[in-house]
Amino acid sequence: MELKAVGTAGTLESSDIMVTLEPRDSGGIDLTLESSVLNQYGRQIKAEVLASLERLGVKNAKVIVNDHGALDCTIKARVECAFYRGCGCDMDGKFDWGGVIR
Amino acid sequence: MKNAVGREIPAEALAVELKNGRKYEPYQGKGYRDGKYIKKAGPTTKIYENPKESKLLPSIRDAVIACGIKDGMTVSFHHHFRNGDYIVNMVMKEIVDLGIKDITIAASSLGDAHDPIAQYIEEGIVTGIQTSGIRGKMGDVVSHGKLKTPAILRSHGGRVRAVEEGDVHIDVAFIGAPTSDEYGNARALGGKGDCGVLSYAVVDSEYADKVVVITDTLVDYPNFPPSIHGVNVDYVVKVDEIGNPKKIASAAARMTQNPRDLMMAENTAKVIAATPWFKDGFSFQTGAGGPSLAVNRFLEPLMNEKGIKMAWAIGGITAAICELQRKGLVGKIIDVQDFDTGAIEDIRTNPNHFEMTASEYANPANKGAFVNKLDFVVLAALEVDTDFNVNVITGSDGVLRGAPGGHPDTAEGAKCCVIVTPLTRGRMATICEHVVTVTTPGDCVDVVVTDYGTAVNPRRTDIIEALDKAGIKHVPIKELQEKAYSLVGKPDDLQWKDKVVAILEARDGTILDVVREIKPCEI
Repeated sequence: MELKAVGTAGTLESSDIMVTLEPRDSGGIDLTLESSVLNQYGRQIKAEVLASLERLGVKNAKVIVNDHGALDCTIKARVECAFYRGCGCDMDGKFDWGGVIR
Repeated sequence: MKNAVGREIPAEALAVELKNGRKYEPYQGKGYRDGKYIKKAGPTTKIYENPKESKLLPSIRDAVIACGIKDGMTVSFHHHFRNGDYIVNMVMKEIVDLGIKDITIAASSLGDAHDPIAQYIEEGIVTGIQTSGIRGKMGDVVSHGKLKTPAILRSHGGRVRAVEEGDVHIDVAFIGAPTSDEYGNARALGGKGDCGVLSYAVVDSEYADKVVVITDTLVDYPNFPPSIHGVNVDYVVKVDEIGNPKKIASAAARMTQNPRDLMMAENTAKVIAATPWFKDGFSFQTGAGGPSLAVNRFLEPLMNEKGIKMAWAIGGITAAICELQRKGLVGKIIDVQDFDTGAIEDIRTNPNHFEMTASEYANPANKGAFVNKLDFVVLAALEVDTDFNVNVITGSDGVLRGAPGGHPDTAEGAKCCVIVTPLTRGRMATICEHVVTVTTPGDCVDVVVTDYGTAVNPRRTDIIEALDKAGIKHVPIKELQEKAYSLVGKPDDLQWKDKVVAILEARDGTILDVVREIKPCEI
């Protein structure tokens, strides 16, 4: 599974997080993080996003995250969804439930 | 030096100079100054012996000049026009245009309507802020260390004490009034932007050297009964608009339909009904927030069931409590502020709905304010910690964006103070280990009701006993905090610079906490 196009998931609603993944060939992960709870949870949000990307095997990407107080489970779900959308998977695709999808 | 709520009060804050030379002390616990004496400060006022037909001046600028406002002076305002207020910005513009600088604003509260003041702070023209509320751009620039001296934040009662004691001396008070006559008798009803009462401005009219009433509706002399008495007023100015009527008085807050809020409100009402003070003739105050307001609705059936009535309700008044009174369940409403058009309409017509001054409401240094006889108060909070300390001033980013208001006054005065708040708001843990800033000390907070359970302050063995007897479940507050952290994670500590940007005064004038300049967050 490989990120081929821009993948976006999530909304700007309170308690949600909008994640945009943009593939690139090199340069590692370039993360831009905005959050309404940056001071208290920014570090944890960043760690959760990076861990999810690593699990999904994303090595190089421009990552834009706009958080409005999402919980960790939501952060994981939105990163995973953005990734599979960027991979061109549709609803009937094969998903690794319980594997890289937590 | 650590104070009685465990907060480190730096020497820099204790050294802040008060006008009367009084020295700041760290907070010592509630009731510390009870029984001691204060010497009230008197203003220097002008004699008007020779008959004069009118005190009218053509403009605010003329009033600023006539009052002799100079560099370094303190001007005051009230917040009855809430976010519809034009007075603060109009007056400050004239002061700034006249090239006067080093001004301290001593307001009963400030809000989003006063964003233009932020620029005067950045330009170094406004160098002191003393207020209850600080929000919007002003909160932001103060939190980023732009104000020359630390802002001093007080409760409504604490402000009256500070003015009376002379901690702050008001050189000129500018009092916006819905109506006034040419001699400055001012009322809050009968104009274009009625606000119901002018309670917070009374102390300004009595303790300022010069008093200017600004109105958009001049009425015939005598404008009686007045909230602000003409005998205390030097000048009257008529302007086109004192504020935006739509924002001065908002339509009645719709009763919340949020099931979480309703559940908390119902549980709060049950807690109240289980205590020994829930009997015929009890007294009550509640805030205007969603769950607090909904408590009114759940109290009604419990009162009917027990066949009891409330003797009086105080505080910021809403249509909800007026409604309860019309049903015959409330004796008198004593009003310090009106939150909606329903409350304003009610005080206009209802003979059992009275105006009181902020001193009568909450001043800890007079001979017994209404809050001292209050049975129940229901309040909201941004954060409550495991020592029951409450924060209502700083957000989760450490920026000033709230107001102690009457919170610390009613919490200390009332026999039973109930905080009602959801366990988490978004990712913010409302019940936490340490609040960012202590605005109401834990020794004044008795019960915390959340959507995940109720906790009682262990100091209040009487309330614990009453709840146990009524079969109302409660848990240690630590359990609520752990539950919150298990849902949202443990928050990182905020990062601060050294500079003290605001002093949180306890209502007795000791220092409860300080707010420091926030460090930009780098992830």
